[in-house]
Amino acid sequence: MKLRAAIASIVLLGSVAACGGGDSSSDGPVTLRMTTWSANEAHVQLFNQIAADYTTAHPDVTVKFDALPVDTYTTTLTTQIAGGNAPDLAWILEGSAPDFVSSGALAPVDDAIENPAELAPSATALWKQDGKLIAYPFSTSPFGVFVNTDLLAKAGQQLPTGTDWTWDNAIAVAAATAAKTGKQGLVPRDFDYKDWTNLAPVFDGWGAQAWSADGKTCGFDQQPMVDAMTFIHQAIFTKKAIPGPGVAADFFAGESAMTITQISRASLLKDGKFKWALVPLPTGPKGKYSVIGQGGVGVMKQGKHVDAAKDFLKFFTNDANSAKLAQFFPPPRTPQLTADTLAKSNPLLSKEQLQSVVIDGISNGVVKPSHADNAQISQAVRSALDPMWKADADVPAVLKSVCTAIQPVLAK
Amino acid sequence: MTKATRRQDRLTAYAFIAPQLAGTVAFVLVPLVLVFWYSLHEWNVLANTFTFTGADNYRQLADDPNVPKVLLATLFFSAGLVVVNLSLALLLAVLLNQKLRGTTVFRVLFFSPVVVSLVAWTIVWRFMLQDNGGINAFLDAAGVDGPNWLRSGGTAMAAVIVVQVIKNVGLNMVLFLAALQGVPQELYEAARTDGANAWTVFRRITLPLISPTILLTSIITVVGSLQVFAQIAVLTEGGPGTSTTVLVYYLYQQAFQFHAFGYGATLSVLLFLIVLALTLFQWQLRKRWVFHES
Repeated sequence: MKLRAAIASIVLLGSVAACGGGDSSSDGPVTLRMTTWSANEAHVQLFNQIAADYTTAHPDVTVKFDALPVDTYTTTLTTQIAGGNAPDLAWILEGSAPDFVSSGALAPVDDAIENPAELAPSATALWKQDGKLIAYPFSTSPFGVFVNTDLLAKAGQQLPTGTDWTWDNAIAVAAATAAKTGKQGLVPRDFDYKDWTNLAPVFDGWGAQAWSADGKTCGFDQQPMVDAMTFIHQAIFTKKAIPGPGVAADFFAGESAMTITQISRASLLKDGKFKWALVPLPTGPKGKYSVIGQGGVGVMKQGKHVDAAKDFLKFFTNDANSAKLAQFFPPPRTPQLTADTLAKSNPLLSKEQLQSVVIDGISNGVVKPSHADNAQISQAVRSALDPMWKADADVPAVLKSVCTAIQPVLAK
Repeated sequence: MTKATRRQDRLTAYAFIAPQLAGTVAFVLVPLVLVFWYSLHEWNVLANTFTFTGADNYRQLADDPNVPKVLLATLFFSAGLVVVNLSLALLLAVLLNQKLRGTTVFRVLFFSPVVVSLVAWTIVWRFMLQDNGGINAFLDAAGVDGPNWLRSGGTAMAAVIVVQVIKNVGLNMVLFLAALQGVPQELYEAARTDGANAWTVFRRITLPLISPTILLTSIITVVGSLQVFAQIAVLTEGGPGTSTTVLVYYLYQQAFQFHAFGYGATLSVLLFLIVLALTLFQWQLRKRWVFHES
């Protein structure tokens, strides 16, 4: 086993393998490694501060954070594991949660979380197996719509409020702003005609589901999805409210009127050069709804210091540190989910924004689609959806072909 | 020479080749054998299991509905690349072999992409080929409505091929130039004296005499085309649909994105066999095709 891992590290990893090191004995100095997908300076500063506090209390333990690029995060992580260089703690994206939770790659952390009764059940659902908590959902971040109000004003448009904040009106305003300003309308962030799971904040408004709750039956060919995708298709190709495939536009650089993304992106507006608003997702035919994206953190069984890692996790996620992390990552701890608490650490957002988008969002939100064999299924869906991104596409037929492509894997 | 000194010489020789040999064993031969070994196993990285499954992965390979599509895309890419690359390289070499002012500038110009970092080159082209990118802006100015290059099946593959050809055509061009300059002038003179026209001279004298170089460049280009990865990963990620998913990219998806390391290894065995077969075939071909070998 060891030999295989050692050789594999040469074959698969090359240079990455070189950073392995570390001894397996429990006494003596220990260096814990946590892989993350955030190299954001403010985030890293906070992590390092928490780690330094921990080292003060446990002088023989140091923690280092290893930020990997988010778009290849899971690939890099599994390659490190295959090479015998598993980190001690790892962030897990919600999409790969079922794979990590069910495979036995992570050590259960029930005994490594303070006051587990505080955790919101909607936040932990994805991260539990047989009643045991396998990873801690450190970030439960609802999707909202950021609006460039300067750009809307320039186009003579008003942001619809109250019951007028519907998908139809949102798309109409986006289209009008795009047409008048020459910028783009509404950008579903990180979708880029590849990561279709970032369309969930739209199609959930029609009650559409990628697959049934048990994960066995494809939902793409069902009527709600057909309606939702037809709406999206028209918004792109007829109304020109959403930039078409291959068109790059960054809301945070002022290039679009609106974007759908998680509220954790608000930090990108710190030095914003335009006035903006954050509003909940518009209402769809299904009425009010919300969608959340999650990040978990778990202890790798194949890491070299499982007990030390659990102990650090307990510290990293305790009440005090959870409150600090809340300025970037909405916490799963219910006592901290009040507008007053969150306002202290989120100076960019108003209490109303926090209440309407974050707190209401977390309490009734649906998590983005995820499934075991997630990468394979996502790739198959992406591939089958490609013919849809043309002006003359036959939407129902394309959606049927998505089900043909993924049903065998879902039924497995 | 005494027996002792002969043995010493031999030891010295082994010592000299040892570093190279060790490198080849550790980084070429051992991984090659291991890939065969892995291809007989199901390796679940997350669950940390490594189970012998015999020929299961090979049965999966035979049944995989994606494999024919992937092989077709690979064939299309390789054939397109080899034809366009070699003919363009030869054309450029013949043109730049003329004794005209300024040919050196053009030689440098066509060769310069070869020394540019592959990924940087490809990323710049991705921006150029976007729907609102540089190429279409240029076409727009000329009154042409350009296609969405990387997003429709036919143009995506063509775009990947062209980006790769422009990157590497300079290398083959230089090899052809060297070969052209090695053709003895007296043969040309003799041919002209006999009244041969330019095309006959090219076909009867130039082509046969540079045939070893054509063989060399075609082997390099074919084998290189089978290894194309960064261009696909950066430009199209195998899409739209699976139209640009070539074998190496599919292998990467299976092993590193879907965590099916065993099946990924099986696909690399397939790639190995294809490269081996092609190389042997071309080597056989040289007996009939190559006019002379120095």
